[in-house]
Amino acid sequence: MSKYTEEDLKVELENKEYEYGFYTELDSETFPVGLNEDIIRAISQKKEEPQWMTDWRIEAFRAWQEMEEPEWANVQYEKPDFQAISYYSAPKKVDPNKTLDDVDPELLAMYKKLGISIDEQKKMNNIAMDIVVDSVSVATTFKKTLAEKGIIFMGISEAIKEHPELVQKYLGTVVPQKDNFYAALNSAVFSDGSFCYIPKGVKCPMELSTYFRINQAGTGQFERTLLIADEGSYVSYLEGCTAPSRDENQLHAAVVELIALEDAEIKYSTVQNWYPGNKEGKGGVFNFVTKRGLCEKNAKISWTQVETGSAVTWKYPSCVLKGDNSIGEFYSIAVTNNFQQADTGTKMIHLGKNTKSTIISKGISAGKSQNSYRGLVQIGSRADNARNFSQCDSLLMGNNCGAHTFPYIESKNASAKIEHEATTSKIGEDQVFYCNQRGIPTEKAIALIVNGFSKDVLNKLPMEFAVEAQKLLEISLEGSVG
Amino acid sequence: MLSIKNLHASVEDKQILKGINLEIKAGEVHAIMGPNGAGKSTLSSIIAGNENYEVSEGEIFLDGEDLSELAPEERANKGVFLSFQYPVEIPGVSVTNFIKTAINEKRKANGQDEMPANEMLKLIREKSELLEMDRKFLSRSLNEGFSGGEKKRNEIFQMAMLEPKIAILDETDSGLDIDALRIVANGVNKLKNENNAVLVITHYQRLLDYIIPDFVHVLMDGKIVKSGGAALALELEEKGYDWIKSELN
Repeated sequence: MSKYTEEDLKVELENKEYEYGFYTELDSETFPVGLNEDIIRAISQKKEEPQWMTDWRIEAFRAWQEMEEPEWANVQYEKPDFQAISYYSAPKKVDPNKTLDDVDPELLAMYKKLGISIDEQKKMNNIAMDIVVDSVSVATTFKKTLAEKGIIFMGISEAIKEHPELVQKYLGTVVPQKDNFYAALNSAVFSDGSFCYIPKGVKCPMELSTYFRINQAGTGQFERTLLIADEGSYVSYLEGCTAPSRDENQLHAAVVELIALEDAEIKYSTVQNWYPGNKEGKGGVFNFVTKRGLCEKNAKISWTQVETGSAVTWKYPSCVLKGDNSIGEFYSIAVTNNFQQADTGTKMIHLGKNTKSTIISKGISAGKSQNSYRGLVQIGSRADNARNFSQCDSLLMGNNCGAHTFPYIESKNASAKIEHEATTSKIGEDQVFYCNQRGIPTEKAIALIVNGFSKDVLNKLPMEFAVEAQKLLEISLEGSVG
Repeated sequence: MLSIKNLHASVEDKQILKGINLEIKAGEVHAIMGPNGAGKSTLSSIIAGNENYEVSEGEIFLDGEDLSELAPEERANKGVFLSFQYPVEIPGVSVTNFIKTAINEKRKANGQDEMPANEMLKLIREKSELLEMDRKFLSRSLNEGFSGGEKKRNEIFQMAMLEPKIAILDETDSGLDIDALRIVANGVNKLKNENNAVLVITHYQRLLDYIIPDFVHVLMDGKIVKSGGAALALELEEKGYDWIKSELN
């Protein structure tokens, strides 16, 4: 038969390259590999940081040296050699004032390839964007418009200089330096990231967005994001990530801290598309990330994530529901294909009374990948009438992949109501044939089925992102049924 | 229109169809009846291009074009429609989204642009009214939690939207109560014209009270053993299939 079969599609896709796998020749300044206190001081100095920041880093580094790399996650990989990584790399021609006209033309060309045109960004009025390449924030748009509302949105290095009181007050309050191995490493060496402050009662009029890009070889990316929503404020924040295709594994160890003060609401969405490695499992980004938010009284934090990239993902965006009546939400789609491994989920820590949390996790595994959901719902002794609803659905494609669910529930309060639902299903030949019979080709049929499966989560993304995420799901999974 | 010549087919080395010949012309309604296991559903699956069956001999032509080398979606886009006996569920994909995708894939295959949204909505409204479907029904996930009647009504709704040349109704009457049966049959009759054709596959005569066939064929043990007019269906209803068997012997 001359028919284009799933097998053909599979072959074509295996040979299809990661769309964002290009490398841009930028004139960069990169530190020598290795990690010691001198390197950390050098990073701090490079960034012209105050003494307290340098000390904070050194403290984290000393703690890190005492710590062991965690092994409890359901992933297997060769541990990175931390002395073989360069901890600082920056495109050279970054103007400190960062007006777009001064940006290296090579950088601008790179954004175009990534599908981000900063010129267009300037005209569009619904997204303000910060772009972090390797270790530094290179461009922040809409600063002025935001400043009129008192909103601060800039690279964190800049914030350390311009708003030290805010940074010092909140940095490390949700994810302490010694929280875990990678958080400690990040605290010691973080190079840049985004900082955002929404003043009391302000509804941020546009989506804030950060685009992360690892460009240089042999460098790690350790960004730090700190987002503070003051009382009664609202912000929706998006982040996207890509990296060049490289044979070696690159380390990405970020820390994101969210602080939602009384009556504030933060919506944090991620489309993670780091290079996943090739079809034999070579290369790809190790994505070891700590994300956590703190909710004060009546506050709400929603995490939405679409995870399609990375060779190994280890990530649990969490909410500490400290204030009474606070709400935590976690909506996740994690896709793994080929040899990708993902161990991802959330922690909902209920401390306040009448706190509520919702967890919707959709795991999609294809190829020879392993996809695990790991979640903790913890109800403290004083958290009267806490409620949690968790739903974990897994979709399998083919016979060589795995889906795992590790839900942990710890309740110290008898009034808690905790619900957990889980399903596992497989894309059926009969579903594909049914679509085929209606004129829908196989690859489109799979996309349709997967999008249907992921709908509850896709619906939570801001419009522009939802479309991008949908496309990403299609690209990541085409040809995986067989 | 549809021309089946000496069709032999097997599944997992079991011979099921043993030389089927069938000519369906535009404007005609044919019915294939037969006892369980005669090969009725196999025949419909093979016409639609299901690759779980192996065609060892014979051909299927649609308007003179040999279908055997074509994938199921290509056949569909050339005008073959199969109303499934057991329509599958696709969670999270709404009835509207599914039919939109199907319509636009068909248009793409035929070199047309996507159907404009307002035109699509109008068409959906028109066809869903024909099948007496509730508006809320259109936003539900495809076949998920549908009653037997809803599933079949949805199949005919899709048929109405796609306007196939040849519609094969595989046991469309099974699981239908009398009201649903009337609605479904009424829908089929309204869609019927001199440019298309319908092949009704059924175990019972019941549906044929509503969709009156021009020809009735009896399928037994992989072969068409007897053909006649609408009256043959009534005779089968009355006497069962055994008398044909004895007639054959």
